[in-house]
Amino acid sequence: MILNAKIPDGPLEDKWTTYKEKAKLVNPANRKKLNIIVVGTGLSGSSAAASLAELGYNIQSFCFQDSARRAHSVAAQGGVNAAKNYQNDGDSVYRMFYDTLKGGDFRSREANVYRLAECSLNLIDQAVAQGVPFAREYGGYLSNRSFGGVQVSRTFYARGQTGQQLLLGAYQALIRQVGIGKVKLHTRHEMLDLVLVDGKAKGIIVRNLDTGDIERFAADAVVIATGGFGKIYYLSTLAMGCNASAIWRAHKKGALMACPSWTQMHPTCLPQAGDYQSKLTLMSESLRNDGRIWVPKLKDEKRKANEIPEEERDYYLERRYPTFGNLAPRDISSRAAKERIDAGFGVGPLNNAVYLDFSKAIKEQGIDKIREKYKNLFSMYKKITDDDAYQAPMKISPAAHFSMGGLWVDYELMTTIPGLFAVGEANFADHGANRLGANSLLQASIDGYFILPYTLTNYLAGELKTEKITIKHRAFDIAEAEVNEQLQLLVNINGTKTADHFHKELGKLLYDKCGLSRTAKGLTEAIAGIELLSGKFYRELRVSGTEGEINAELEKAGRVADYLEMARLMCYDALTRNESCGAHFREEYQTPDGEALRNDKDFCFVSAWEWPGRGIEPILHPEPLVFEFIKLSVRSYS
Amino acid sequence: MKLHLKIWRQRDAQSNGALVDYDLDGIDQHMSFLEMMDTLNGQLILNGDMPVEFDHDCREGICGSCGMMVNGQAHGPVAGLTVCQLHMREFKDGATIYVEPFRAAAFPLKRDLKIDRSAFDRIIQAGGFISASTGSAIEANNLPITHDMAESAFDSAACIGCGACVATCKNSSAALFTSAKVSHLVKLPQGKLEAEKRVIQMVGQMDVEGFGHCSNTEACEVKCPQGISVLNIAMMNWEFNKSSLLG
Repeated sequence: MILNAKIPDGPLEDKWTTYKEKAKLVNPANRKKLNIIVVGTGLSGSSAAASLAELGYNIQSFCFQDSARRAHSVAAQGGVNAAKNYQNDGDSVYRMFYDTLKGGDFRSREANVYRLAECSLNLIDQAVAQGVPFAREYGGYLSNRSFGGVQVSRTFYARGQTGQQLLLGAYQALIRQVGIGKVKLHTRHEMLDLVLVDGKAKGIIVRNLDTGDIERFAADAVVIATGGFGKIYYLSTLAMGCNASAIWRAHKKGALMACPSWTQMHPTCLPQAGDYQSKLTLMSESLRNDGRIWVPKLKDEKRKANEIPEEERDYYLERRYPTFGNLAPRDISSRAAKERIDAGFGVGPLNNAVYLDFSKAIKEQGIDKIREKYKNLFSMYKKITDDDAYQAPMKISPAAHFSMGGLWVDYELMTTIPGLFAVGEANFADHGANRLGANSLLQASIDGYFILPYTLTNYLAGELKTEKITIKHRAFDIAEAEVNEQLQLLVNINGTKTADHFHKELGKLLYDKCGLSRTAKGLTEAIAGIELLSGKFYRELRVSGTEGEINAELEKAGRVADYLEMARLMCYDALTRNESCGAHFREEYQTPDGEALRNDKDFCFVSAWEWPGRGIEPILHPEPLVFEFIKLSVRSYS
Repeated sequence: MKLHLKIWRQRDAQSNGALVDYDLDGIDQHMSFLEMMDTLNGQLILNGDMPVEFDHDCREGICGSCGMMVNGQAHGPVAGLTVCQLHMREFKDGATIYVEPFRAAAFPLKRDLKIDRSAFDRIIQAGGFISASTGSAIEANNLPITHDMAESAFDSAACIGCGACVATCKNSSAALFTSAKVSHLVKLPQGKLEAEKRVIQMVGQMDVEGFGHCSNTEACEVKCPQGISVLNIAMMNWEFNKSSLLG
């Protein structure tokens, strides 16, 4: 299979304009005849569904939560980037493009990344028009702050709840279309399979989580907007329900999966406290604007943080990366923390954390200013840990966070299955091997508001004359039968261990062997370990109740079954990439001082994987990354 | 820690429910309340019983999915947090804890602690938005908004839609939820154009859904995990009366 990313010809800055000018259109009268399924109501799903409905298409929108407003975009705290250059500090679309490409360790497409930076300008306008209450200066103009990996202030924010406010903007746009009748919203519905007819995506099979009924929906195109799968590590910053099931089942139906092992470990999360723990809460990276990260210089330090004098503290980010200091990119900050913790300098009861210290900022700016900037974060920290971060430093540690990988998509955000699109974190496209802070809200929004309305229209223009598929088609019978069979299989095992048990085991294995650093040996062991765990899962799982009722345990079990298969692919992906880039750090490939050693000669490609069937080694289809406009450089922040 | 739990179990809206006793041992005081519930559920499953169904997702207090009455209080005894942020250190060893669903006629029960809050979505659908279709926005800085007004709009917009206000109100009023959205949007210049229609329709929908009237006990504000102020309700009433008179 030769992958064609369909990048338009011409100069970098004209590509998207050229595409829009030449893309096919659908007459407004005809749009009413076309149906689109959008799975997921986070920022990318809601913005896509709302924008497509505004064009006149009929939308069926699905989410597993009880309301479209709950998707995990809601939890993004710090902000959203845009190259507005309101601060007059030298920002531009080109600079944002270059920062993002470099931040991703040159493992993304130039054209995609440039488009992301270009469309960022409109997003802020759109969000303000919807009523998103971004932070303002006293003169009434929009305020910005700085984020990791860049030297300008281009991050727009709404206190520490930017994701919530952007999602509510998109949710309100979506729900407005529900009222108008252009969107039919199905909450508490989970996609369990994709239906193909003549090789094209024509519908989905869903389980109604309120009744257990299996339902069919047909459409002219399907959009997957189901977010990331960092929850595969069990302990992560993600919501409990975040899952890979929709993208994984699409993958098994033929959509290639790209770079699944590129998981971002977020450096500023709360450390694990015990085995019972269900998640690791994220503390926004924006804290690194004013917080300084350090560990004691002494091993086995017993004194409290405030009792350790300045000269006995190791501000290791400032020491190793003087230009960027505490604002070094996430992959680098996380790895540096792991290095200190592994070397025995970790703090906290389990020695698994580092300090994030605000005392200098409080002294310089006053406690009121710090409170205004980070109040909700400090109070969240207090609620969870019972500690007051105004008085003593926070304890933080890295945790699984964002999936740079996902379904392979071309420039039009279409997967390798015609008619199946993937937007937001569910696709792999724009972040390369490491995402910069405040670029995820951006990408999710841009995909939904500004890209899909053009590219999906371009596809649908060719679908007007094809035969209408209904849910009576045989392809739906087959897919539904398969879904029923799998649900019954899980319910009938009747073993002695819960789905959570297997999920935790899988998570531990992945953190250990396919986490912040990887080795060929560890990954080979992991693949064998996952096989073993998978075997146990299908022998020893216990799910209470039946498939024909409300059953949260069954939902979990189905997601863990998919995670087990996905984890195996992640390990193959990491094993075959014999280089270190971004979040993917192979211990065999590092410089003498422990920095990542990229190999542009052999690995300047996107790894797109084909599902070969259960138990068979996945098949790799590399998509070469061609850099026409910039020169690859060593990614240095020192 | 040892705990005696009394948890509301109910198969569906048609069945009768009851408080069922569970004894739980070995609970760590640093566990969150929902992690304690996970532990209980793990034991129930292995005993062949049905686990307690409850909604939850982000577990960091922002998605609004979780919510239950803990010892008669929405989200439990500590002010300013959701039940996922409540930790077991707030309870004494050997304590008896009552766990019940949020109750309101407009929130029909689905199973155990799981309820249907789609009435909130329909209130927003009635007008809780600004009609700004994609592509029509003006340049963002062409619309200056004072710092304090932006902050104040944010305070209203911070509502997470969990339903604790309704569950706490003796009239099951959704006034705090509805007014938070009305105020958020009317405080901003871009939200003023549709203000009159918005408040009339949202209040109308609130009544259609079967929520009660606000009688100013202010209990909702006390139990709101986001600290949404009852001043929003005053603002909604002002806007409603103004719109009724002028419209």
